[in-house]
Formats: sequence, C-alpha cells, structure tokens
Amino acid sequence: MSTTIALAGNPNSGKTTLFNALTGARQHVGNYPGVTVERKEGSYVENGQTFKLIDLPGMYSLTAYSLEEVVARDFLVQERPAAIVNIIDASNLERNLYLTVQFMELGVPVCIALNMIDAAQKRGIEINGAKLSELMGVPVVPTVARSGQGKSELMQATGQLIMAGKKMPPLVISYGEDVDLALQEMEQEIVTGFSNCAYPPRWLALKILENDEQILDFCQKENPELYNRLEAIKARLARHISSTLDTCPEAVIADHRYGYIKAILKQGVISHNQDQDRLFISDRIDQVVTNRFAGPLIMLAVIMGLYHFTFTYSELPVAWLEGLFGWLSGVAEAGLPDGLLKSLIIAGVIDGAGGVLGFAPIIMFMFFGIAILEDSGYLARVAFMLDRVFRSFGLHGASVMPFIVSGGIAGGCAVPGVMATRTLKSPRERLATLLTAPFMNCGAKLPVFALLVGAFFAQNEARVMLIITLIAWCGALLSAKLLRSTVIRGESTPFVMELPPYRLPTFRGLLIHTWERTWQYVKKAGTIILAISILLWALMTFPGLPETRQEAFEQQRETVTAAAAEDMEEQLLRIDAQEAEAALRHSIAGQIGTAMESVTSLAGFDWRTNIALVGGFAAKEVVVSTLGTAYSLGEVDPEETGSLAATLAKDPNWNPVVAFALIVFTIFYAPCFVTVVCIAREAGSWKWGAFSIVFNTAIAFGLAVLVYQIGSRGIFGA
Amino acid sequence: MLKLSMRQMKENQRGVIAAVRAGGELGKRIRDMGLVPGTEIKIQGRAPLYDPVAIRLMGFTLTLRNNEADYIDVTVED
Repeated sequence: MSTTIALAGNPNSGKTTLFNALTGARQHVGNYPGVTVERKEGSYVENGQTFKLIDLPGMYSLTAYSLEEVVARDFLVQERPAAIVNIIDASNLERNLYLTVQFMELGVPVCIALNMIDAAQKRGIEINGAKLSELMGVPVVPTVARSGQGKSELMQATGQLIMAGKKMPPLVISYGEDVDLALQEMEQEIVTGFSNCAYPPRWLALKILENDEQILDFCQKENPELYNRLEAIKARLARHISSTLDTCPEAVIADHRYGYIKAILKQGVISHNQDQDRLFISDRIDQVVTNRFAGPLIMLAVIMGLYHFTFTYSELPVAWLEGLFGWLSGVAEAGLPDGLLKSLIIAGVIDGAGGVLGFAPIIMFMFFGIAILEDSGYLARVAFMLDRVFRSFGLHGASVMPFIVSGGIAGGCAVPGVMATRTLKSPRERLATLLTAPFMNCGAKLPVFALLVGAFFAQNEARVMLIITLIAWCGALLSAKLLRSTVIRGESTPFVMELPPYRLPTFRGLLIHTWERTWQYVKKAGTIILAISILLWALMTFPGLPETRQEAFEQQRETVTAAAAEDMEEQLLRIDAQEAEAALRHSIAGQIGTAMESVTSLAGFDWRTNIALVGGFAAKEVVVSTLGTAYSLGEVDPEETGSLAATLAKDPNWNPVVAFALIVFTIFYAPCFVTVVCIAREAGSWKWGAFSIVFNTAIAFGLAVLVYQIGSRGIFGA
Repeated sequence: MLKLSMRQMKENQRGVIAAVRAGGELGKRIRDMGLVPGTEIKIQGRAPLYDPVAIRLMGFTLTLRNNEADYIDVTVED
C-alpha cells in the first residue's frame, strides 16, 4: 500500500524538474478522465516506504478558472492526498506562498520545498527556513531540484509529516470584520445544511465569496435552498463592501491573504543583502532580446532555427524509417501471392504503419526544440512580442509556433504543428490555433503545388509560390478571426503571464518530455491512424473491376503478347495503366468522385481531380500519384512529375485558372486524416476533428469556386 | 502623489497599486499574481508594438495587455 503525495506549485517553480529528480524513469503520463490535461504519476522509495507522486498542473491559486486548475483542485479535494509537497521558487517567496496559504486553508498537510535556493542566494536573498517553518507551522526544506540536492530530506520530512498522522486543522485567516462575520454565518448554514460534504465548510464559504463558478454550481445542484441563503449573505456582504470600501469581496480576500503573508515575511524570514532593483543577468538578456528593434530579428532567427532543427535533423531518421518500410514492402511484394491480401498488407498495413511512424521523428524533434524554448523561458518572450499581432485575430502570442511548425514557412507538417498547441494555456485561443494551423503549407502540399505551378506558371514560379504562402497565412488568420467570432466566441483569456528568468533547461527533463509525448502519439494516435489508413485503402480498391472488364484487359494483353511487336513491353505497361485507371474510377472513391462532378465543376474540377482529392485525405502528396493513375500514367512519383505536368498542360480540361483553383483548394481543404486524428485528440473531442473536415472543405470549395468563376470570366469572357 | 491608470505609466516609472477594478477571471488572475493594493511596481518595458506591458513586482516580471492594465490604478510620485 503506497501513500499518495501531490506535487503542487506555481508554474516555473521547478516542479517538473523536482518530479523528474524524485521519480527518474519510474513515471507514467496519462490524462485526467475526459479532459486533455496530462496526469503525471511516479513513485519514490525512501526508507523502504513507497510514495506515489502526482505532478499536478502548475497553478497560482486554488480558485479554479482554467481546466488545469479545476483538475488540480478536484484531485486535492476528492482524492485527498496524504500530503502536498508544495514547491516554491525561493526567489519569489511572497507570491508563491499565496498558493501555500490556500492549501493550508483546505486543511491538507503541506511540506514546503524551498526550491532553487542557490539561485535565490545568488540574487542576494537570504531565507530563514526554520523561522518560516515555525511561523507557518509546516516543514520547510531547501532544495535544488536541478541537482537533486535536498530531495531525500524533503521526502523524509514529508514521510514524517504523514507518519505523525496529525490532523491538520484548516488554517483560519482573518479577512477583516465584515468578511469574517459573513464567513461565520455561511459556515453555520453549511454545517447544518450540508452534513456530509467533502469540502471543509469555511473553505466552501470562502470559495463562494470568491465567486468560484465550479463551487457555485456544485452548491446549486446539491442543495438549491441552501445555495440561495448563501447567495443572499454574499450579496449583502458585497453591497456593504461596495458602499464602504468601493471594492468587492474577492479583492478584500486577496488583500488579506497577501497581508497575512507579508506579516509573516516581515518577522525576519527574508532578508535582502543586495539592491532589489539590481538588473540580473536575465533582465540584461531581456534588454536585448525583447528590444524593439533587435527583438523581432532575434525572434525570426530563433523561429527559423527551430524550423530548421525540426525538419532538417529529422530527415535522417525519417529516411531510415522509409527505408525500413520500403524493405518490408519489398519482402511482402516478393513473398506474397498477388491479390487482395497482398494489396492490403502493402498498401494498407505497411504503408499505414509507415505513415504513423514516419511522423514520429518529426514530432520528436519538434517537441525537443519547443521544450528547449519553453524551459529556457524564451517562448514566453515570443508570446509577449507577438501578442499584439495575434490578438487581433482572436489568437495568442504563442500561436506563432504551431503556425510555423505546420508550414508557416512552407514545408512544415500540421501533425507536430497541431501538437505544438500544447504550449498554449488559453483554451479558446488554443482551439482556434489548432483548427487553423492546418491551412499552412505543409511539406506534403508542396509536390501538388510544384506540379501545378510547373505545368501552368513555369515563368513565375517563385512569385506564385510566395503568393501561395501569403494566401495560407491570410486564410489561417482570417478564419481564426471568423471562428473566434462564431463557434469559439468569447472574451480573450487574460494575458496576465509571468516572464520567468532565463534558465538552462535540464537535459534529462528535455529527454523525458520528448520521449513521453512521442510515445503517446505512437500509442494513442497511431492505432487510429492505422485503422483509417486501411479504410482508405479499401475505399480506393473496392469493389474492383467486374470480371468482364478484367477479361477485356486480359484479352488486350494477350493480343499484344501474341503480336510480339518491338514495343510490346511499353504496350503492356500502357494497358496496365489503363486498367488501373478503370479500377480507380470504378472504386468507391472513384464513384464518389464521379458523383461529385456536377458540384465540383463549379470550381472546374472533373472526376479525376475529385478522386485525387479524396486520395489526398490520406496524405496530401497522394493527390499527385492519384492524378497520375487517373490519367493512365501508372504510378507517378510525387518527386518526378514531368510527364504528368505535360499531360495536364495539354489537356483541354485544364488551364491556369483551373490549376489555381486547385491550388487554393489544396491549401484549405480537409487536413489529412493523421492531422484530423491529432486535432480530435488535442481538442479532446471527435466533434472538432469532424468540424475541421467540414469547415475546411467548405472554405476551400467556396474559395476555389470564386477563383474559377472570376478567373474564367476574366480570361475567356472578355 | 498622483493616481493614474497603469496604461499611462512610462517605462521605468515606479508606483504603488492603489486599486484593481476588475472582477471575474481577469480580476482573479491579476490578484493571484500579487497585484493588490500596496504592492510596489515598476514598468519594465513594452513589447515592440507597445502592447503588452512588462512590469516588475516582488522580484519577478509579469506581462499584461494594455486593455488589462486599464483596470489597475497606480499612485506615482509627481
């Protein structure tokens, strides 16, 4: 039987570093039921006793607004850990204790880890831990999580705290006469009206005065009558405070809580032996890095660097994986008899698994790169510098990273891009970023553009590619604005954000972070992706040509073989390609494509383009190879499109306007299903995955029709 | 002594929080970070586009948007 201990503290207090130092590799990441917040669990053994450690999300107070805060508080109240190890940034004692005091008001035993004590000393801050412990009535242990210093003392102190088994009575702070009286009255109501309530009565009353929506809902549901009485007391207090002090109960409560902390710190707990206004190294770095002129330039360089790191360095492992799966396909090709099973294994299973794992190195490098930026503190500066721009579109300064990774610099990938939104803590801004990042031009769309630009805009190649990038950015930002004023409407989340001092990330932390996330992708998203890839294979394969038509092709082959002309090989290949075209047209995907022709002709797309676009749902570059099959060219390598480009350029159905409409459609239409799976996972609901398919395709079609209709009138109508 | 809104403060100017007039989530976030009456602050700088603003208090740096700083009154030396 192990004892559960919660690790809690402010963001940037070194909580995760301490968690890693304590648990090492003995940790497990999951999700809290029904939400996308990560739940990290690990174990620690001290003196033969095993502790189960839970790394709670970082928070500044216990009044829950964000999902992270709700999850953390629910855990503390409902699962009642034996103790909280409260990690505190020693350089930032006053603000960090604000949360500690609230833990104590909840009545859970607390042990304080005075973390980064070395950095505090360097800043000339001396903390008398014994004094703090005495005044607060909780154990205080100085630690340096990065080196593991103090970790076993910390766990010993926590172990003793639990062993002593002392009931920790909830801390009672005076909030001034008015509030105290109201609290007393409410407490009595709660004790009589709520006999078996999980929350301590005074704490519950306090949260009601603080307007904690979750607690208010809870009361209203459990006992509406009591709720009304409590609300009446609150309203009376609010009126009184508003008339006498011109403020609200929440403000009075926060003032007194900080007052309580200030009073403790004044009693010789903390002494500064340096000028508090001295500029530390971190501030000096910021003078350059967030400078009006140098800042944006440095940021541009860092973003380009991240992009380069993610996509260039992952090329080698991606190539290894491609090689491995190519080899597997080869083995299957040689070892299996021709037929459906072979096709299923090669085109469905092996290509599907290759598709899943092919993204893994990119995701790994992306998370590693972003973790460096995040842990070092630079990402907060990026958000700070870019917030003004992105806020205009209902997004957040930190939205830039997902956009860039998704292909804001042409050639990214929306799969890691969508996952990069995890750094965004504002829920609405995050969702809007998540849904619009796939508009960026990922590496898989580039072969499609290259084909069409090469065939129809060969003279202006560079200019057209630039226009394509601009269209993607404008489209993404404007549709973010559209989403934020319709389906994800709502006030922007407050930007109140800490700019943490620059710190060197720990290598171990980076590795654990990267590995966990990549593994989660392979395990959770991977299985779904594999299933869908088999489904798509079926769509493009079944029902297969009817026997009579197969026989017709077979007969043609026999005729050619019998004639044994010089170009027999070539003729046979041509027949194969024609059969592939016929089979594709006859497949479910082909039938969909043909049926859609009457609608898509508005944008100038014929059935061939339609099938190719259906295929593009598997991966955008498949558009090219499917077009090749549809034009009876056999398998077309997306990198080698010369013959296909020539075919399109000669085809009477095609002209620059159609090509441009298709380019626009490709930028915007449904993300590939791997991205859709990731969107659904990140947003926590399949609803958003489905939404992205429908919404994006609708926008894409609207724009493509616009381009085609205006374009064809402009060129041919005049 | 002069009372003004935080948005009107200049870079490197110091002041003491007089009142936070925001409620709801914004009010909570502001107060959680220690921006309560009596706290001394200094304007550390502004983003390249003059918004958000970075302020220094209690030994750490905090950023908020100008339209959020509007809710915070500060007393400054003349």
